[in-house]
Amino acid sequence: MNARVSGTFAGQGELFGFVKGDTRPHDPRYSGDGVRAGQGRDATSTPERLPGGLIDRSRSLEFAFDGRSYRGHPGDTLASALLANGVRLMGRSFKYHRPRGVLTAGSEEPNALVELRSGARQEPNSRATVVELFHGLEACSQNRWPSLAFDVMGINDLLSPFLTAGFYYKTFMWPAAFWETLYEPVIRRAAGLGSLSRAEDPDCYDKGFLHADLLVIGSGPAGLMAARTAGRAGARVILMDEDFVLGGRLNAETLSVGGQMGSAWAQSVVAELSALPNVRLMTRTTVFGVFDHGIYGAVERVADHLPAPEAGKPRQILWRVYARQAILAAGAVERPIAFRNNDRPGIMLAGAVRTYANRWGVAAGRRVALFVNNDDGLRTARDLDAAGVDVAAVIDARAEGDRLPGIRHIKGAVVTDAAGRLGLRGVTFRDGRGREDRIACDCLAVSSGWNPAVALTSHQSARPVWDESIAAFVPSPNGPKGLKVAGAAAGVMSTHGALATGAARANDVLEELGLPTQKPELPEAEDAPVRLSPLWHVSGAGRAWVDLQNDVTVKDVRLAHQENFRSVEHLKRYTTLGMATDQGKTSNMLGLAVMAELTGKSIPETGTTMFRPPYTPVAMGALAGRSRGEDFKPRRLTPSHRWAAEQGAIFVEAGLWMRAQWFPRPGETTWRQSVDREVLGTRKGVGICDVTTLGKIDIQGTDAGVFLDRVYANTFSTLPVGKVRYGIMLREDGIVIDDGTTARLGEHEYIMTTTTANAVPVFRHLEFCRQCLWPDLDIQLISTTEAWAQFSVAGPNARRLLQRIVDQDISDAAFPYMACANVTVCGGLRGRLFRISFSGELAYEVAVPARYGDALVREMMAQGQDLGVMPYGTEALGVLRVEKGHIAGNELNGQTTALNLGLGKMVSKKKDAIGMVLSQREELARADGLRLVGIRPVDPKAVLEAGSHLIAAGRDPVAANDDGWLTSVVHSPHLGHQIALAYLRNGASRLGERLRAVNLLAKTEVEVEIVSPHFVDPEGERLRV
Amino acid sequence: MLIPHPILGLRDAQEFTYLGDAALIDRPDGLANPEAFHDYLYLRDNPAGIHRELWFHEQGDRSWIVVTRNTVTHEILGAVLAQDVARARGRSR
Amino acid sequence: MRFSALRVFREALTGHKGWTPTWRDPDPQPSYDIIIVGGGGHGLAAAYYLAKEFRRARIAVLERGWIGGGNVGRNTTIIRSNYLLDGNQPFYEFSMKLWEGLEQDFNYNAMVSQRGILNLFHTDAQRDAYTRRGNAMILHGADAELLDREQVRAMYPFLNFDHARFPIKGGLLQRRGGTARHDAVAWGYARGADEHGVDIIQNCAVTGFRIRNGRVLGVETTRGYIGALKVGIAVAGNSSTVMAMAGLRLPIESHVLQAFVTEGLKPVIDGVMTFGAGHFYVSQSDKGGLVFGGDIDGYNSYAQRGNLPVIEDVAEGGMALMPMIGRARLLRTWGGIMDMSMDGSPFIDRTPVEGLYFNGGWCYGGFKATPASGYCFAHLIARDEPHPTAVAYRLDRFRRGAMIDEKGQGAQPNLH
Repeated sequence: MNARVSGTFAGQGELFGFVKGDTRPHDPRYSGDGVRAGQGRDATSTPERLPGGLIDRSRSLEFAFDGRSYRGHPGDTLASALLANGVRLMGRSFKYHRPRGVLTAGSEEPNALVELRSGARQEPNSRATVVELFHGLEACSQNRWPSLAFDVMGINDLLSPFLTAGFYYKTFMWPAAFWETLYEPVIRRAAGLGSLSRAEDPDCYDKGFLHADLLVIGSGPAGLMAARTAGRAGARVILMDEDFVLGGRLNAETLSVGGQMGSAWAQSVVAELSALPNVRLMTRTTVFGVFDHGIYGAVERVADHLPAPEAGKPRQILWRVYARQAILAAGAVERPIAFRNNDRPGIMLAGAVRTYANRWGVAAGRRVALFVNNDDGLRTARDLDAAGVDVAAVIDARAEGDRLPGIRHIKGAVVTDAAGRLGLRGVTFRDGRGREDRIACDCLAVSSGWNPAVALTSHQSARPVWDESIAAFVPSPNGPKGLKVAGAAAGVMSTHGALATGAARANDVLEELGLPTQKPELPEAEDAPVRLSPLWHVSGAGRAWVDLQNDVTVKDVRLAHQENFRSVEHLKRYTTLGMATDQGKTSNMLGLAVMAELTGKSIPETGTTMFRPPYTPVAMGALAGRSRGEDFKPRRLTPSHRWAAEQGAIFVEAGLWMRAQWFPRPGETTWRQSVDREVLGTRKGVGICDVTTLGKIDIQGTDAGVFLDRVYANTFSTLPVGKVRYGIMLREDGIVIDDGTTARLGEHEYIMTTTTANAVPVFRHLEFCRQCLWPDLDIQLISTTEAWAQFSVAGPNARRLLQRIVDQDISDAAFPYMACANVTVCGGLRGRLFRISFSGELAYEVAVPARYGDALVREMMAQGQDLGVMPYGTEALGVLRVEKGHIAGNELNGQTTALNLGLGKMVSKKKDAIGMVLSQREELARADGLRLVGIRPVDPKAVLEAGSHLIAAGRDPVAANDDGWLTSVVHSPHLGHQIALAYLRNGASRLGERLRAVNLLAKTEVEVEIVSPHFVDPEGERLRV
Repeated sequence: MLIPHPILGLRDAQEFTYLGDAALIDRPDGLANPEAFHDYLYLRDNPAGIHRELWFHEQGDRSWIVVTRNTVTHEILGAVLAQDVARARGRSR
Repeated sequence: MRFSALRVFREALTGHKGWTPTWRDPDPQPSYDIIIVGGGGHGLAAAYYLAKEFRRARIAVLERGWIGGGNVGRNTTIIRSNYLLDGNQPFYEFSMKLWEGLEQDFNYNAMVSQRGILNLFHTDAQRDAYTRRGNAMILHGADAELLDREQVRAMYPFLNFDHARFPIKGGLLQRRGGTARHDAVAWGYARGADEHGVDIIQNCAVTGFRIRNGRVLGVETTRGYIGALKVGIAVAGNSSTVMAMAGLRLPIESHVLQAFVTEGLKPVIDGVMTFGAGHFYVSQSDKGGLVFGGDIDGYNSYAQRGNLPVIEDVAEGGMALMPMIGRARLLRTWGGIMDMSMDGSPFIDRTPVEGLYFNGGWCYGGFKATPASGYCFAHLIARDEPHPTAVAYRLDRFRRGAMIDEKGQGAQPNLH
């Protein structure tokens, strides 16, 4: 069918110069400059402004485009205001840098992209068709140099024979080195359209959640009718529209609804809906994606129509809409016809030309020709004629049918070429008898019919289906659950049809919601049938554009076919068709139709057009909301945080926690000085460290001991009441996930501690074991990490200090090593005391309810003055633990077994515990596997670096000789040199061996000796004093 | 996604943490052989279609639940407490 | 046909009439020596190397839909060999070396571009881990550099250095890392394989295997039965469902990973970058779009689409790292189905069915692995022994306890 239509008009076109009979040869637009001269002229005085429209003529807004200032009115878009000022040249295409004007009047615009605003607020690729005019608006054309009218890169257009689809896959390969050094840099420099400012976005963005019985997407006749029907029935309705005026196409047409102008009827419905408390109307809000289970993503542009957001207000809001039901009433998008030079500035979609005239009172040209294949396009001729615009001719591809009265209506003809590089000057057409003629015009309004806006219905992979009667794809019946479609989006193209389906779909929704359905009160409206004879492109010589922004021509589609890129997806990917910022809203269908012609298949056999979210591009800032900068993630603060800050502590991120890293004192100029002092001070006197961040889980119940035996590799049921034991926990695959101590405070009451990083995953794992594996064990779990403030008090004076705090006797006899108890502190406050040590010193951990943490640390510091008390941070904690060979996150990396850690014997094989069986697999149980060792530099002054690999002396630094790596490195003030922990192959039997710690990144190596990881007090005598 | 919590009703999936195949409930008992543990831990049916899977209501009531969901369409057919599933499958203590 | 600048020039002058199909569309033969199931990057590469390097003939690639429509056309185009573990790093470095000569080898410009990949770190522990990793890379013959904060700032001054929640402390840079034009990789291999006589058969879904006495005889397809001496499966994303037809269960789950691109922007990011305090990695394509990704959605899925929370999470990571992108617009999101394995590493191995070979479990690592995966799979099929760089990718490694777990997350696929 398509081949027949276009084949009829096959022939050659030719370029031509000035159009004969051009009535205004001296118009500046005809002299090659697409922009009129003159600064700051009042738009109302321009010949392009027509009477009428939804603009506020009482006020005038000044704006600038490419540094020239113009005037428009409230209600204008940038595109309508530019057209009103006679500016038709608005952009350049991506590849060939062809001069371009505006094609559409909506968000589907491929051509008129500008950089909006300046400085840090610069917004690249803004579609002039949806930019609301405001006073002081600044916009610049993009992808051109040095100017829009004269663009050096326009050379690409002359080179176009070489720059066909996919040419780059076939060349730039020799010599190989030239790709990165020459070819690609040149290509990259030419890439892109607009530019980012490179400065931080100064505006803020919010996120919100909305819940509705019914979400109506689009506010044309179908959407308004749906919202009114459901709203009157009492449903919670949200109506969203991307436009700043509700009414959809009713604002763009001169059709009457219920005996009044369509736009007036729309306003009356809007007024009624506004008064309903259960209906929320949201303009400037685009529903961009349909997600699972009735969740819709929408962006409200709160302040894009203002010079800057009001103080304290966001620029945009991302709404997550939870809708029980939704009705898509997004209308339809008109499609162009491809013919030679169909990309000239001034060639526009017929519906858009009509919109500019009716809604904005702007004549897109002074002498307008039309090229249509359907009745809807004729409306443009009638409306323009009625508005007093000179309609040069209607070139109608259909031979049949009535002629428009009073207008030159050429039937059975097609446009074969267009002239006017920077602005249309005329078109050539060929009539049914093959005669060519020319018509002077500065605007050509083109219509090839309308595509229902099915995008949202295909977001969940449903493929649209072909409707022969309108020659377009309509929504699949298997679209997202809960999403119904009404009006033109459903392929129902008349106003009456839109009103009727809007009401009907709303009643369907009401029925599903169990609300009373409404008797539709349908206002009278036109119900014209779609009369259309498909025509996609006019064949002939020269280039005819399919995708305007990405410069994909009919020839490119043909080449893709020739090279076997025939499936729609191959076509898209090979030619870049539909990959531009408009997602091919005006081009995909055309490309598909051309491919169908070439393959001889029907369009639905050739493929469908699919759309991915978002419907229109969404600002990254809106998707991120407030989660950026310092607020990217919340900060968790320990109970002693404020006190530590007062002490001048340096804080460090530990997951979401902020922990004191060290506490500098006057005179200390490096962090090492502070850390050394804290370490030595702790080992000599007493140090205090906030360890609240460690996970704490209370485990209670008669089966608590049994449970612990199953989740820990070692045994806990035998632990006496009042005692603490160190435990290691395995994943089911036998790898260590966590270590920590668990205290038995009562017969059926244990308190488990986890590492800071694993507090959440360990708790989740325990709940999995409790609920999914052993649901009838009598145990209860509760995470009390945030409930208790906990401090480590370590050092020879720890007991003396704590005895001043704790009300009970904590002498070694009364409270020996590894004891635990509920105690009271400071004269009656409940607390918990554990005699455990990470530092290797006589040490305790004391816990009080979190709200007393600040008071407790202050009290301990006050009480310990004479004992040399000092706070220490995570750095000193790290030094203390490495000196003792205790493992932490760097060793517990999710890849190591208990055997690797030298704790293999802790894994009891007598009981069923998570991970025991699989921990015994051959590769995990290798005798010569990795073992945790201590590392000492042979030269005490040498500097070690964590992450260095261990290589035997005399061996090359290659993978085959890689014996292990340094996990943690600290300076031990106690020993006066650096020490490290490392994983070493066969490490258990290599004590005393000398190796090289090689850091190939820094190109350093240090001779090291393998030693026991217990650098300080290996016998643990200090613990037990 | 929205998950129909058997006690709390429809909740946003973001409140939950996902684990995977509900077959993880069927842990081999006692000191079973390594092969049984291997199959239990590592092998999955991974169907394209109906999948019974474990979710943890981490930002909620801490229930583990078994959700029946279609992995092709994401449609959810139901959810029950994992504890009940475990008991029904003979797990106890 | 040989592609060259001269050829492009000549065709331009003669109306591009001489270009021929990039691959033929033959009807399937009744039988082949080797059938590769899956016309994605790995399958096409395997067929190419089987024909070209291992001199095998009578090879077919069977593709359910259109070639290159799976993950090779749905990824963020990153190539790198910055792995940590012995099981992985030699393989990915082999892949990198193949990338470096790929275009000359198959005479197709896949735009392999080594503009560098920078992994940022934000804590001391991350720095230690990257030091270990960087050394492991160099030990295996790859390149790596550790940058401090100021060196990172010099490369990318627009990153958030001044008020970040997780300040940038430095980065691990692999200069040989970069990007390649993903679709072109599939097409280049297809074209190369086709030129070497491989039949690429699109719209031909495998519906079953014919197996007798433990040996594969051929495959049932929507275009009829096709016999084969050997059958190689390379259908990552759908591995479980295809292998189930041969009665095999796999240590794999299917998950959706979303990818993202912004509108075209003038060049601003030269190389590839990964955020170390959130889920975000990004590069800028030669067309100008910022191409980025993050974490998988996290639940089993065969739908090539994801949900909003991950989109937001990724955007948050992006904004935290690069506050200048607030006014860049997200143009398109899409999803690919990942074979998420139990340790985050892939498989290239024989199966218990004689003559049936398996390639899958690529997790996020599939695209960068394409050349080596194809080569090693071809090696295994042709010679019945694993390629030296892929010996660790055995299906039985979990029985032996020889996991290759880069992230240390254990048998939970959605955490890898």
